[in-house]
Amino acid sequence: MQEELTLLQAINAALFDALTADQSVVIFGEDVGGNGGVFRATEHLQTHFGAHRVFDTPLAEALIAGLALGMSTHGLRPVAEFQFMGFIYAAFEQIISHIARMRNRTRGRLSCPLVLRAPYCAGIHAPEHHSESTEALFAHIPGLRVVIPSSPEQAYGLLRAAIAHPDPVLFLEPKRIYHSIKQAVDRQAEWPDLSLSHRVCIGTDLTLIAWGAMLAEARQATIWAQSNNISIELIDLVSIKPLDIDTILSSVQKTGRCLIVHEAARTCGVGAEISARVQEQAWDTLLAPIMRLTGYDTVMPYSKLEHLYLPNHHDMIGYIQKLMEYPE
Amino acid sequence: MTLHCIPFSPPQQHDNPFDLAQCLAPNLKLACALPEFATPEWLLDIYEQMLIVRQLDEKATILQRTGQLGTYPSSHGHEGISVTLGKTILSEDIFVPYYRDQGVLLQRDMRPRDILQYWGGDERANLHGNHRDMPVCIPIATQCTHAAGIAYALQYQNSEQVVVCSLGDGATSKGDFAEALNFSSVKNLPIVYVISNNQWAISVPLEAQTAAKTLAHKAYAAGCHAFRVDGGDVIALAHTFQLALDTCRTHQGPILIEAVTYRLCDHTTADDASRYMPEAEREAAMKIESIKRLEDYLHQENILNANKIKSLHSKAKQHIEDEAAAAAQLNEAEAVEIFDSLYADLPNELKNQRTHCIHKAQSCKKN
Ligand SMILES: Cc1ncc(C[n+]2csc(CCOP(=O)(O)OP(=O)(O)O)c2C)c(N)n1
Ligand SMILES: [Mg+2]
Repeated sequence: MQEELTLLQAINAALFDALTADQSVVIFGEDVGGNGGVFRATEHLQTHFGAHRVFDTPLAEALIAGLALGMSTHGLRPVAEFQFMGFIYAAFEQIISHIARMRNRTRGRLSCPLVLRAPYCAGIHAPEHHSESTEALFAHIPGLRVVIPSSPEQAYGLLRAAIAHPDPVLFLEPKRIYHSIKQAVDRQAEWPDLSLSHRVCIGTDLTLIAWGAMLAEARQATIWAQSNNISIELIDLVSIKPLDIDTILSSVQKTGRCLIVHEAARTCGVGAEISARVQEQAWDTLLAPIMRLTGYDTVMPYSKLEHLYLPNHHDMIGYIQKLMEYPE
Repeated sequence: MTLHCIPFSPPQQHDNPFDLAQCLAPNLKLACALPEFATPEWLLDIYEQMLIVRQLDEKATILQRTGQLGTYPSSHGHEGISVTLGKTILSEDIFVPYYRDQGVLLQRDMRPRDILQYWGGDERANLHGNHRDMPVCIPIATQCTHAAGIAYALQYQNSEQVVVCSLGDGATSKGDFAEALNFSSVKNLPIVYVISNNQWAISVPLEAQTAAKTLAHKAYAAGCHAFRVDGGDVIALAHTFQLALDTCRTHQGPILIEAVTYRLCDHTTADDASRYMPEAEREAAMKIESIKRLEDYLHQENILNANKIKSLHSKAKQHIEDEAAAAAQLNEAEAVEIFDSLYADLPNELKNQRTHCIHKAQSCKKN
């Protein structure tokens, strides 16, 4: 069954199919019930599956995370929605101190098969707190998985895989591309492995690593490079935690050049971690320094200036040129 | 007509339902007829179980003082609450503890040796006890939302089980508590929240914690039922817990219970309560605490005599000595424990670290 879906529709389809497939799946969050979510990711689900399976919580983020934990240790597979990543911080304690640790704390007696969904990243001209990309905060936490889809097809499979997975998964949705790409989604296709990065195109000159909405920019830069006889290996990181370092290393060992792009702030960003690991394990194959193209170490500006904050494909092209010219 | 703004006043302490439930009053008189369950055998059993908790706390404190245990929170002043609660919750119910609940855990398949293992710094202790229960929760009040989630799962599964969530008075200041209570009421969940109000949150007295007349008042805004009960009165406690559990089991929950007591010990072995706790206050509380009160009552009723009291004390002490000896015999945890329960399957990137840790453990053993 192939359907043309946007990323948002793919998420809705994945939730629908997960609810259909498994009676223990429940969905909750703010406005996810009758309203179907502020972005409509849960549209029609309550009508279809009933208010005991798809329901609005009171407006309380720590509660949402804590509920998910308690449900997951006692037989349910909760999929909780945070309305925006910028409001997840009240649940930080629950995520870090409990969700990520319960399996370890109880030596496997209790575990948290749950998914926390949150729209993240900039580019939709939203008010303050609606545009940040703080995936690195969660990548630092042992026991969690953090994944980010970049296409409708991938979003569908990744979300199904996340819901079925025995570990707690933070599923970050690049809301900037919720509607921008339509793609044929095969709802019968095998789900991807949550821990693996995806080689979008094979190349020999430079490894370009990006994820989420940045991948669309990276694709444009890759097309430019092709027409300029630069062969880019584009990697969609997908799994922020754990890192699929083997895929990255094997690519950099081949190309000798590595550019990491993320829209999150630079300091202690996921790019820093990738860079450190490539340096530790593939330094002898490097032809140029590992470079990062990231958001600034500033507060995310309101929408008027966000285009200046966000890396784009022009910036990427500049970095690619710089890396290809190295060491001149 | 003029616009009226009528100030809303919260109910006062003497208003129902926030009167303190009491049966065995501090003066050893019965404030009501003895309930049927409170037979001499039952009272003796509760008494013995409380002695065991007291002995465990004393032993653990000695072990800590002599470097054989980590920080430990005694439950002196809580024994009546925790033993009667532990006796009332069914084995198939789910208990969500905080860190001062050893008296409950001992009624739920946890052995004193397991509790010593836990506070000795060994996570394997969390494999013991009732397998449905949550492990001890250290971040204050955060367990309340887990308990609500579990209660939702039970309701979803049409279960007859009830969740009991335990917390301290300080915990009632946290959002987690308010959020959980609020949600539990919205969904009419089968859950009993039990506050052990020991008047202190480390060094912060209750009046610095809240301006509410009682902690039971906090149920008001959530639209939840509440009981207050004398935490030194095992009969009133058992009755109140039973009533609450029955109410929840018949889908008329949730319920908030404030059990009023006094912390008769340091907050933990890392604390020195003499810095802030008025001695006179503590002494007054010592006179009415649950073990002494029940002991005096049983004595007065000729159910116990001085000799029997002495022998029950020695019996409890011996039991704890045996358990502590067993705890000391535990095999050491393996290095791989740090890694092997973190994820369902260890991610590749952690495999090197795991190997490193195994080598490190081997070289530590050699040195
Ligand atoms: C979120 C959080 N903040 C602070 C602490 C440190 N702390 C441990 S116990 C405690 C006091 C708790 O008092 P209460 O809830 O009344 O329980 P009690 O210890 O009196 O039984 C504090 C502040 C903690 N464990 N968790
Ligand atoms: Mg207290």
